[in-house]
Amino acid sequence: MERIEFVSEEFGDTSSLKTETLLLNMGPQHPSTHGVLRVLLRLDGEYVVKATTHIGYLHRGVEKLCEHITYQQCIPYTDRMDYVASICSNIGYILTVEKLLGIQDEVPERAKVAEVILFELGRIESHLIGIGTNALDLGAMSVFMYCFKERERVYDILEIVCGARMTTSYPRVGGLPLDLPENFSEVVRNFIKVFPETLNEVDKLLTRNRLWVDRTKDVAFISAEDAIDLGLTGPVLRGSGVPYDVRKAMPYLDYENYDFEVPVATDGDAYSRYLCRMEEMRQSLRIIEQGIDNLPDGPYIADLPEIVLPEKELVYTRMESLIRHFVLVYEGFKPPPGEVRLAVENPKGELSYYLVSDGSGQPYRMRVRGPSFVNLQALSKMVEGSLLADVIAAIGSLDIVLGEVDR
Amino acid sequence: MTFEPQTALDSINRHKPSAILEVTEFRGETTLLINKLDLHAVASHLKRNHGFVFLADITAVDYLGLRNPRYEVLYVVHRFGEGFEDNARLNLRIGVPEDRLRATSVTNIWKGADWLEREVYDMFGIVFEGHPDLRRILMPDDYDYFPLRKDFDVRNREPSKRCFERELEAGKLDFRGSLDKPLEKSPNN
Repeated sequence: MERIEFVSEEFGDTSSLKTETLLLNMGPQHPSTHGVLRVLLRLDGEYVVKATTHIGYLHRGVEKLCEHITYQQCIPYTDRMDYVASICSNIGYILTVEKLLGIQDEVPERAKVAEVILFELGRIESHLIGIGTNALDLGAMSVFMYCFKERERVYDILEIVCGARMTTSYPRVGGLPLDLPENFSEVVRNFIKVFPETLNEVDKLLTRNRLWVDRTKDVAFISAEDAIDLGLTGPVLRGSGVPYDVRKAMPYLDYENYDFEVPVATDGDAYSRYLCRMEEMRQSLRIIEQGIDNLPDGPYIADLPEIVLPEKELVYTRMESLIRHFVLVYEGFKPPPGEVRLAVENPKGELSYYLVSDGSGQPYRMRVRGPSFVNLQALSKMVEGSLLADVIAAIGSLDIVLGEVDR
Repeated sequence: MTFEPQTALDSINRHKPSAILEVTEFRGETTLLINKLDLHAVASHLKRNHGFVFLADITAVDYLGLRNPRYEVLYVVHRFGEGFEDNARLNLRIGVPEDRLRATSVTNIWKGADWLEREVYDMFGIVFEGHPDLRRILMPDDYDYFPLRKDFDVRNREPSKRCFERELEAGKLDFRGSLDKPLEKSPNN
């Protein structure tokens, strides 16, 4: 972008003019920060000289709180971090606990496939919001509406599966708490049929839209080297041309058996990230389709009495089940001492949980490596030297959720 | 070509013979306990010669009364490789003793360590020497405590009694927050 220097032509010598930089405070309450983010901007005219990010306004101390409750009780805390794709955070945590217990092979196939389907639905939902709000911040209101209409459909599916729309708290250690509803396949197939239409509408509205391209192309640039150096993951890393996806690199939930591509764009700007997200939604649809075609019948939760709660009917009718229920709720199951780390490909990047067990029913330490937290580091690098208006595009294209940044 | 952690181990042993103190395997993860003073050398060696260009995470654990040294800082390094199956991960950990809460910063190896080290400092009080801007990140700047330490009591929002007992023995106790003494009622109540 060229800087227009008409001052010098009209006034001749400008060396006597005194210029100084201006400090602008953006946030913590600003509609485009998607939460409570504060950025201190040092401005030279309309150009950003330095940007300092301040976070922590939404800090709830999840890691500390989880040290005092049982492993099962931690699940609702995980979906309040990345509340846009809460089902993905849930599944990531469940998988980590299963790895700590060493029961991955015991989890029935039906539960695994259902978790993959829900995980990809969560990804679609998160990318819809990411693209919708990014466009809204830049003034494209109708895209936002199309995206939110489609997000409602995803929420409807989540609602019939787990009863909640946003804070799902759905799977349990060992599988699913209840069998999938009878019309699950039908609803998901219906979604697969109608969703591409909206995706094409969004595509038509944005991909070749002159205003959108002008506002996002060459904006918030980050090179591949910088992206790796800063530890960025997700569409932000793939938008810079690095083909890293945890689903392929360190497969979990048998992702290696699904046929899908990892989209990569090479320009490293906000537009490439948008393209990556669009293509990832199409790939997610492919995965969901394969999952729903191969959804097996059979048990939905592992047969592990020392970990899994007994069925409700048995609790009401049999003494042994009641005792087991009481012990599992009161003390929780006790994993062997050790420490595990598991990474999953959250819509926003690599989400990894680190659990330390001391052999008791509560985690000794739980650490969440949120993708938003690490990705937000890149904001200063992206916006320094660019226009003030591009800061909004940069924050939108990073697609952060402050609930996860601050935890 | 899949990456074998053993090649990296051998090469570290050649490069810095005394650096690796212990190797543990649990659930398919390799964790190296590194001598604290050698961490920076080992990290840059891994990045330069073995392609560990990506730092996935830095975190710490407080093993109060369980291990000596009390704190452990954990680094997770990652290499990409040619194809997807060449990706590999290593966990490095160092012990940080309670009486000298210092570690060397790796920000000049991986820039992404910046916020991660700030978070460890914020939550545990471990100072990373050589960090360009070590400030609190999640907690307020004027906050006096380090919340993820095990002796931080969530209910009282103050370090629990054990800290005060130790300070009492050392004869430098400030009674402002002591639990032995009933809290003074403010005149408004």
